[in-house]
Parts: sequence; C-alpha cells; structure tokens
Amino acid sequence: MTTPQSERFFELWVFLSTSPLLWLTVTIGAFLTAQRIAALAGGHPIVNPVLLSIIAIVVVLKLTGTDYRSYFEGAQFVHFALGPATVALGVSLFRNRALVRHDVLPIAAALLVGAPVACLSVVLLARAFGLGPDITLALAPKSVTVSIALGIANEIHADPGLTAVFAIATGITGAVIVTPLMNALGIRDYAARGFAAGLASHGIGTARAFQVDDAAGAFAGLAMALNAVLTALLAPVVLALLMP
Amino acid sequence: MLQGLFVLLLFQLLGETVARGLGLPVPGPVIGVVLLVAALAIRARWRRGEAAKGGPLPVETAADGLLRHLGLLFVPAGVGVAQSYHALGGQLLAVGAALVGSTAITLVVTVAVFRLVSRGVERSAGR
Repeated sequence: MTTPQSERFFELWVFLSTSPLLWLTVTIGAFLTAQRIAALAGGHPIVNPVLLSIIAIVVVLKLTGTDYRSYFEGAQFVHFALGPATVALGVSLFRNRALVRHDVLPIAAALLVGAPVACLSVVLLARAFGLGPDITLALAPKSVTVSIALGIANEIHADPGLTAVFAIATGITGAVIVTPLMNALGIRDYAARGFAAGLASHGIGTARAFQVDDAAGAFAGLAMALNAVLTALLAPVVLALLMP
Repeated sequence: MLQGLFVLLLFQLLGETVARGLGLPVPGPVIGVVLLVAALAIRARWRRGEAAKGGPLPVETAADGLLRHLGLLFVPAGVGVAQSYHALGGQLLAVGAALVGSTAITLVVTVAVFRLVSRGVERSAGR
C-alpha cells in the first residue's frame, strides 16, 4: 500500500537518480569530505582521498541499486576535466623549469630505466604467480595513466576493462606506498620522490605528490607524461619478447 | 578563471588536432602540455623588458585550481573499476601481489637511478 507521501518521494528519487545533477554533486561532495578526513589524519598516506571517495561512492551506489552507467551520466563532467588537467601540468612544469633543467640527466636516466622496469617486473611477477596470458597482457601498461593505457591495450590486444582496473589500482597503490617507502629509504629529494611517484603510479601518484609538495608534483607530472609516451613505444616490444 | 580555463581547453584542442592530424602515437593532451610550455616560454621572453609585475596569469590560476584537486578527476573511473574486481575471480590475490610488488620495485628502482645520477652530476660539477 502506497501513501501519496511515499509516492511523491519515489517520484523525486526517479527524477534525481536519472539526472546528472545528483551523481555529480555526490562525487564532488564525497571527495571534499575525503580530503577533509585526509587533512584531519595529517595527510597520512593510508588515508588516500581518491580511495576513500571511491569506496564511499561504491557503497552508496550499491545501497541505492544504481548502475554505473547512470552514475557516470553525472560523473562524466568530472571525468572530462582529466584532459584540461593534463594540459595544466604544463603550467607547473614551466614554473619549475629551473629545477627540471638542473635535473635533466637524472630525469632521462630514471625514465629510461624506470619505464621498462614498470612493464617487465609486472609481467615477470604475473608469470611467477601463474597468472594467465589475458591478465598478464592487461597488467603490462599498469603504470600508465588510464586513457593512454587503454590505447596501449588496443595495440597489444589486451582486455580494455582489465587494463583500466589494473591502471587505477596501480595508481592508488603507488599513492599509498610512496611516502612510507621513500621515508624508509631515507630519500629526502622531493624531485626524485615525485618523479618516481609519477612514473610508477601516473596521475593518482601525481595527485599524491601535489598533496605533499608543488615541485614534487611538477616532477611527478613530467614522469607521468614521459612514461606514457615511452611505454606506448616499449610495451609492444617487451611483450613480443616475453609472451609466446 | 574563465579565461584560464579557456586557455587550457584551447591547448588541449590544439594538442588533439596536432596528434590526430599528424597521426602521432602521442596522446593529444600531452602535445597540449608541450605547446603550452612553449607558449609560456615565448611569452616570458617577450615580456622580459617589463618587470614581472602583477599577480599570476589566468591560466596559472585555472591550472592550480585543477591540480589541487587532481585526485577528484580519477574518482569516476575508479568507481567503475571497483565494481569490476569480481571479473578476476580466484586470482585476486595473485594479481594484487604482482601489482603491489611491481609498483614497489618500480618506485625503488626509479628513485635509486634518479639519486645515483643526480649525485654523480653534483660530484662532477663540484670538481
């Protein structure tokens, strides 16, 4: 039996859940709350705002029985900003140009070693753990930012869904472990820390680097862009050598 | 803010146009970054005569606004990802181990190479 009151509520829900407004607002609200929580935790790396927001939104979608497609109707406006945000890295790069020019040799060396290590190490570990060729292929471009990883997946005939999953998971992993790992190694050079974070864990690692230090963010963004280009050239070669 | 956002979009558009037009394997936004850095460098050279007066450029304000919340932009894709982990079935643990292991190895190797070369450069410059 339905009362007019609950009927009206139902109509309201139908309107809200099909309009992009609701999920756009929820996405931004979840992230702002997660950032507040991260700040309260003193920027502790485990309290990663990206991870917290994703968990919160997944729970809300499950509780309300909303499918991803309706969610993305609203969230796509946030997703779209990834393009301009990539271009925005140019501003931070230009601002830190003196630092980048000073470190041009370490940057080149770390890129030329780091990019193949990112790709090779995951393929070799996946084989050691007995994972099948489908999953291994999709793991190969894991350190590259999602949109470009998908382009690489297309080239090496990897499953695009799995590739996106692994790239995002790698980004979050890197963002969470980079600070404790670098502290344990006693690395205080923020250029080096940022570069490693961006190379190993692309945009989410870069977001973490910007959370810590502007110069670290600039180096992370640079590493992300350089690694994306190099891995796109490298991945087909590595896989042709390693995969039967 | 609007002017800065326009500049970012314009350079993304230019980057996409160049990348697609020339059939480059590099993604459009990355070309956009290169073009934006070049434009900022040319502008700085031009304006060298006038002392660096005034506040930040509109494009700087817009870029800082976006980069301060860079993490937010990965949330929509991340939510999609979190819903598809069950596609991995019983291999979740092995995949997780390979992923975390490789990410840690990549971080350590990259930072080590960076520091080694950087120390080498400093030493040869000091001599």
